[in-house]
Amino acid sequence: MQYLVSVIDDKTGSATASEMAAINAFNDRLEAAGHWVFAGGLASPGTATVIDNRSAEALVTDGPFVESKEFMAGFWVIEAPDLDVALELAAEGSKHCHRKVEVRPFLGG
Amino acid sequence: MADVREAITRAHHEEWARVVAALARRFGDLDIAEEAAAEAFAAAVERWPSDGVPPNPGAWLTTTANRKAIDRIRRENKRDDKQQEARMLYDRSEPHGAGGAIDDERLRLIFTCCHPALATESRVALTLRMVGGLTVPEIARAFLVQENTMGRRITRAKTKIKAAGIPYRVPAAEELPARVSGVLAVLYLVFNEGYLASGPATDPVRHDLTAEAIRLTRLIRSLMPEDGEVAGLLALMLLTEARRPARVSASGELVSLDEQDRGAWDAALIAEGHRLVRERLASGMAPGRYQILAAINAVHTSARDVRDTDWSQILALYDQLVRLDGSPVVALNRAVAVAEIDGPEVALAAVDRLEDTLAGYHAYHVTRADLLRRLGRGQESRAAYDRAIELAGNTAEIAYLTRRRDQLG
Repeated sequence: MQYLVSVIDDKTGSATASEMAAINAFNDRLEAAGHWVFAGGLASPGTATVIDNRSAEALVTDGPFVESKEFMAGFWVIEAPDLDVALELAAEGSKHCHRKVEVRPFLGG
Repeated sequence: MADVREAITRAHHEEWARVVAALARRFGDLDIAEEAAAEAFAAAVERWPSDGVPPNPGAWLTTTANRKAIDRIRRENKRDDKQQEARMLYDRSEPHGAGGAIDDERLRLIFTCCHPALATESRVALTLRMVGGLTVPEIARAFLVQENTMGRRITRAKTKIKAAGIPYRVPAAEELPARVSGVLAVLYLVFNEGYLASGPATDPVRHDLTAEAIRLTRLIRSLMPEDGEVAGLLALMLLTEARRPARVSASGELVSLDEQDRGAWDAALIAEGHRLVRERLASGMAPGRYQILAAINAVHTSARDVRDTDWSQILALYDQLVRLDGSPVVALNRAVAVAEIDGPEVALAAVDRLEDTLAGYHAYHVTRADLLRRLGRGQESRAAYDRAIELAGNTAEIAYLTRRRDQLG
């Protein structure tokens, strides 16, 4: 199954050099063990643009679709056989990036 | 007829969890397992009175449930092949666990229902439904929520198990202690809700819930006989349940431990509880929280008269418990023993230090009220009883506290 591990934070680009080193080492281990799918950090929600093209004309709005104090500042997509393994990896991820994370399965596993 | 009814009740108690667990393992789907098991028991209710009770009721139920499950899967296959893709994950490998001794389908079921990724209330509901075999209306009544609310809660939990890939297995040895304690917490919650029911519209003591919690703890004990905390929780429940006959007066008032008619306590349950506590002591292994609580209750139930209570031993056990569990509730209960040894004044000072964390907890005010009463501080005691009555949810306890308050001069 694949899981989205969202990094929850109230600011972006705030990782320290030692956190970045720990995250990189963790990413290498994910890759070596076959769990790696994709990962990345995101720019702040203030840089987001919402587009609604459900009607005749695409409507462009500045800002994120939902304003909140905490938001997704980055993420991993991991491959894991079940939730226990995913939670174990996410716990490691949380420790290395020093942020809370949320684990959510992809549909149709 | 009565024999058949009894056989069905017994089969339900003894076989429900086994049937659900076997089906969950075979079909990898809790929904199918639950529904097919329910259908098989319904078939037993319909057929056993005329056909007679089969020689092996468990085998009959498993076979019948298997057939019902296959029927349902065939129907679903015709309707939608896609549905077959989302199947619960389960481990086909050899069982892990200490010494590999704890392989039982029912254990997988229990650990799945009590998975930490599920909300506590969902774990409780799911365990009572899937392992205990209680119906959704029964569970809804037990926790005073609407039937459809409870139904949705259980459905949501099953959906999460499937969609999030919560595995169907006994955790590996290194995770086992934490996961077992999660299971025991669920059972203790069920027991406590039965022993001090919280709602205004319910009996003050819900024997159905305490009995169910004991039954499920016995089941886990039979599956994990080596686990000290499982034995500890069972002993704790037995020694608490033993006092139930003396716990509520004829007028529906809670009777405190020191005022209970000890002759009304259940001697058989006490003997069994004491046996378990002795067994744990003899093991020489450091006790966990439930074992210490059981030992404290063993001291209480050893005293034929409240004046014979060995308070210094109780205090020593609380000291041991505080080292394991520094929570304010433990400190509050310890203060009750302190009052007996060092007097109410010392105890009150200890209780007052807990105000920040326990001001919203009725037992904090109950303990304070009693200590203030013993110190002759009537007015303050009355105020503490008032606050305790406001916060208490149990009808028998409210009646008891009201009387104690009104007895103040």
